[in-house]
Amino acid sequence: MTWRVAITGGTAGLGLALVREFLERGADVAFVARGSDGVVRVAQEFPRAHGIIGDVSKKEDIHRIALQILGALGGVDVLINNASDLGPTPLQLLADTECEDFERALVTNVLGPFRLTKALLGSLAAQARENGGAVVLNVSSDAAVTPYAGWGAYGASKAALHHLSRIWDQEGAGSGVRWLSVDPGDMDTALHAAAVPDADRSALKRPEVAARELADAVAAALEDAGVVALEDAGGAALEDAGGATLEDAVTRAGQGGPQETRRGRRHEENDRGK
Amino acid sequence: MIAASEPIQRPSEAKLLVIGRGGALEHWPRSALVELLQPGDLLVANDAATLPASLAGTHVETGRSVEVRLAGRGSLEPNDVGRFLAVIFGAGDFRTRTEDRPLPPEIEPGDRIRLGPLEATVESLEHHPRLAWIRFGGAVDEIWSGLARHGKPIQYAHVRQPLALWDVWSPIAGPAAAFEAPSAAFALSWKMVSAMRVKGVELATLTHAAGISSTGDPDLDARLPFDEPYRIPGYTADAIGRAKERHARVIAVGTTVVRALEDAALTEGLIKAGTGLATRKIGPATRLRIVDALISGTHERGTSHYELLRAFVPAGTLEDMERQLDSRGYRTHEFGDSILVEKAVEEVRPGGGELR
Repeated sequence: MTWRVAITGGTAGLGLALVREFLERGADVAFVARGSDGVVRVAQEFPRAHGIIGDVSKKEDIHRIALQILGALGGVDVLINNASDLGPTPLQLLADTECEDFERALVTNVLGPFRLTKALLGSLAAQARENGGAVVLNVSSDAAVTPYAGWGAYGASKAALHHLSRIWDQEGAGSGVRWLSVDPGDMDTALHAAAVPDADRSALKRPEVAARELADAVAAALEDAGVVALEDAGGAALEDAGGATLEDAVTRAGQGGPQETRRGRRHEENDRGK
Repeated sequence: MIAASEPIQRPSEAKLLVIGRGGALEHWPRSALVELLQPGDLLVANDAATLPASLAGTHVETGRSVEVRLAGRGSLEPNDVGRFLAVIFGAGDFRTRTEDRPLPPEIEPGDRIRLGPLEATVESLEHHPRLAWIRFGGAVDEIWSGLARHGKPIQYAHVRQPLALWDVWSPIAGPAAAFEAPSAAFALSWKMVSAMRVKGVELATLTHAAGISSTGDPDLDARLPFDEPYRIPGYTADAIGRAKERHARVIAVGTTVVRALEDAALTEGLIKAGTGLATRKIGPATRLRIVDALISGTHERGTSHYELLRAFVPAGTLEDMERQLDSRGYRTHEFGDSILVEKAVEEVRPGGGELR
């Protein structure tokens, strides 16, 4: 079968790499981003992908986005909530954080994924009944579990998203829909550059490597649920670019938290400055 | 009955009138629905998400304002969004009852209608000055984007505040296919779905392009429901087959599910996975082959929904129902209370063969 995959924040960084990765694996892909220029550019680069302009942090946009995803794809097997907001840039101590910056991180990183998941849950559950499984992958961070100074807004929002994933996976256990909370590692992206402008980029993971790991995690969850696999055009070998193995990178949201993985270590090694 | 005027899908005080096989009536809180189900029952619900099917715009040839309500479509294919059957109203909005809305300017094939970012061309009129097939220009993704940005859910004069898309998407909403909400599914919460699973009650879904409930124009209303495409997934076809084998009840959640399943049964004799176009009206002469019971809204005499109930129970039972709905303060329309009606036992069923 052809998986139908929706990806938010799909015009840059990890999201763009995910669009490319899932297209290469033969999936039907819809991607969402705020900026029309970026959406048009990526849609031109990948004519098979469906570009949707929308802002997951806006309540009014959520159902418009969901409508276009369902319209373009007909249904959804995989939702990847990837769009993220860093909070204040440059990073600030919590005591110096404007509440508006914190609100924007919370609404983008927690409420947005919650709303979009809820709007698409009927389709995800229907796909799970038909094919055996469906997956919501929420992009997490080691900052979700480790209290890095300066990362208050982002870390607290990602912690909330991680916990949301775990609870939803508990509640959705009978529906065939799985929730994954995945830390992709420290990547060479615009978000990371905004947070750590002086980072050694050569030590950072390439987004396409993280995208392959995330796609493998989705594939594993779907295959675990009995869904027929896509042909893996990209080769299954996992690159160990960030010092993490797939098991480290992926946490089935319902089974233990990232405390049980090695995440966090890379941050200490690479970004001691955090 | 009183019209439900607040867009709340599952008010805690929602009522459920239960019409048993022998015609006896009972009053329940709707939240107790799962208690009324039996292990082995199969619920089939319509998972169509509701389109923003109301589009305000301008009739280019005359420059006059119109409201276009999308009302029909040839198929449920995601790419099939170029061509729609549409009801066209003159100026005004939902605060005016549809009965009182002016006719649109005279519309002819080839006319253009500008609808925000979208432009449609009238292809043909359907034997009525406000019913036409229209075709949108642009690529498929542009049409979806235009509908999402510019369209609004069809509004109701009896609901005070403007409806947003989230008001009319049921908890199980999936494929974007309905022109008005398949509102029987509003009653389903995920907690209920969970409780059903624990009890051994199955839930399956199909997608049926629920059409508009009323146009305010008697000639058009007499033609409702228009032809409606549907899709039955393999899982659902199998679940119905299994339910029939074990002599379990198939309970439709919504009249659209009755229409889809009984249409599929008439075409194929049994339920197969696939797509179809429901063209028949269901009424007193319909012999129900698949559906044993129906969960639906409270319907008033004279509507196609009420006629459909006559396939389940005799006229006398429906008169009892009407009296009880009125005297007990049941609320009607999309956000109103519900009924659970079981197909009457054969002896008391109205006579008559099948429709066509």
